[in-house]
Amino acid sequence: MKPYISIKGLFKKFEGRYAVSNISFDIFNDEFIVLFGPNGAGKTTILKMIASLLKPTDGVISINGTNMEKNLIEARQLIGFVSHETFIYENLTVEENLRFFGKMFDIDSVELETRINKMIEEAGLCIYRKERAGTLSRGMKQRLSIIRALIHKPSILLLDEPYTGLDLNAIEVFENLVLNNSHTKVKIMVSHNLERGFNVCNRAIIIKNGKITFDKKKNEIGSYADFKTLCEFNFQSN
Amino acid sequence: MFKSLNICLKDLQSEFRSKKKLNSMIIFSLLVVLIFSISFGNFIGKSSFIDSLVPGVLWVSFTFVSTIAIFQSFSDEIENGCINALKLCPAQWNAIYTGKILSTLTLLYLVQLFIIPIFALMFNYSFQGIFLLAVVVLVGTSGIVSVGVLLAAITMNTRSGELLLPVLLFPLIVPVIIPSVLATGKIISGSTFVDILDELRLLVVYVIMFYTTSRLLFEWTIQD
Repeated sequence: MKPYISIKGLFKKFEGRYAVSNISFDIFNDEFIVLFGPNGAGKTTILKMIASLLKPTDGVISINGTNMEKNLIEARQLIGFVSHETFIYENLTVEENLRFFGKMFDIDSVELETRINKMIEEAGLCIYRKERAGTLSRGMKQRLSIIRALIHKPSILLLDEPYTGLDLNAIEVFENLVLNNSHTKVKIMVSHNLERGFNVCNRAIIIKNGKITFDKKKNEIGSYADFKTLCEFNFQSN
Repeated sequence: MFKSLNICLKDLQSEFRSKKKLNSMIIFSLLVVLIFSISFGNFIGKSSFIDSLVPGVLWVSFTFVSTIAIFQSFSDEIENGCINALKLCPAQWNAIYTGKILSTLTLLYLVQLFIIPIFALMFNYSFQGIFLLAVVVLVGTSGIVSVGVLLAAITMNTRSGELLLPVLLFPLIVPVIIPSVLATGKIISGSTFVDILDELRLLVVYVIMFYTTSRLLFEWTIQD
C-alpha cells in the first residue's frame, strides 16, 4: 500500500544539537498516530517539520508521493494544525476569525459562509459567533481553534498538545470534533496524556532523544496498562 | 496580493476594535505638537519663523509615531501564536510582509491626516502646497515603514525588541528623513513640484529598494 505521508531520514539541528535524528516512517490513510515521549524528545519538532513550520536540516517529507519542500504552497493547503496555542485573533469575533482564515485558504465566499455556519453549529459556538474570541473560555477557544484548522477541509490534521488547559467536558467535545470529521485522511497528535492519546490513536510512536524507540499499531500493543508500562520503560531507560 | 489585502483588512478590523495602536499614536503625536507649540508660543502667528519650524516638528512627530506603529505591527500575531497560523496558510510568507506594510501605512496616514490640521490649529498656520506635502508625506512614510516592518519581524521575538527596534531603525531611515524634511521645507516656502524632484526621486528609489530587499529577506526573518 502506498503511504500518504512518507518521512525519510529526517534530521533537525538546533545550535549544534540534534533535536531530531534520522527519523523515518510512513503514514497511511486513516491512521491516527500519537507521538509520545518525554519532554524535549523532539515530538513537536517533528510535527512542525511536517507542518512546514520548520525546515528540516536533512531528510525528505513527501505527501502523496510529492516532495513537500518543492510544493510547499500546495502542501499547506492539505494541512490543518491545532496547537496548545489557539492561533486565533482575540479582537476578532468567532466568525471573523473563521472568515479570515477561510479567505487565506482561497475558499469561495458562498461556500465559506456555508462552512462557517455548519462548523460553528457543530462546535456548539452558535451563541458566541458574534463574540470577540478574546472573551471566550479556554475550552471554547480550543473549539474555535479546531474548526479554524478544519475550515479548509485538510486531509492531514496535526495536533500539538491539544488537551492543554481543557476540562473533561471540553476534551469530550474536542475529541468529537477531531474524530468525526470525515475529510481528514491522516491525524498525527503529540500528547503527554498517555491515556487520552492511547484511547484515540490507532498507532503509537514513542520518541526519545530525537529517535523513534517504539512504533506499533494499537491492536499489536494490547491494553492501556501494557502500553503504560512500555512508556515508563521507554521514557526512563537510556 | 489578495492575501496581503486580507491580512491588511484583518489588522485594521482588529485595530479599529481595540484602538490599541491608534490611541498611543494619536496621544503621542498630540503631545509632540503641543510641546512644540508651548515652547515656541512667542512666535505663533509669525509665519516666516513657523515656516522653518514646520518640517522639523512634523517629521519628528511622524518618525516617532511610525516607530510606535511599526513596533506594534506584529503584536496581534505574537498573541496566541497567530504568526504560525499565517505561516501555515497557502501563500508566500512575503505576502505577510506586504499585508503588514499596508495596514501599518493605513494607520499612519490616518494619524498624519489628524496631525497636520492639529498643527495648523496650534500654530495658527495655513499650509500651502498641501497636495505636494501629501505626496512627500506618503512616500517618506512608505520608506520608513518598508524597512521598519522587516526590523519589527526580526525583533518581535527578542526580549528587548522595544529597545532594539529604534537602534536598528533610526540609522537606516536617515536617507528618508533628510530628503523628506528638505522637501517639506521647500514646499512650505512655496516651491513647485520641479523644485522637489531630486528629493522625491531619492525617496522613491529608497522605497523601491527597501521594499524589494525586505520582501526577499522577510521569509528568513520569520523562520523558527
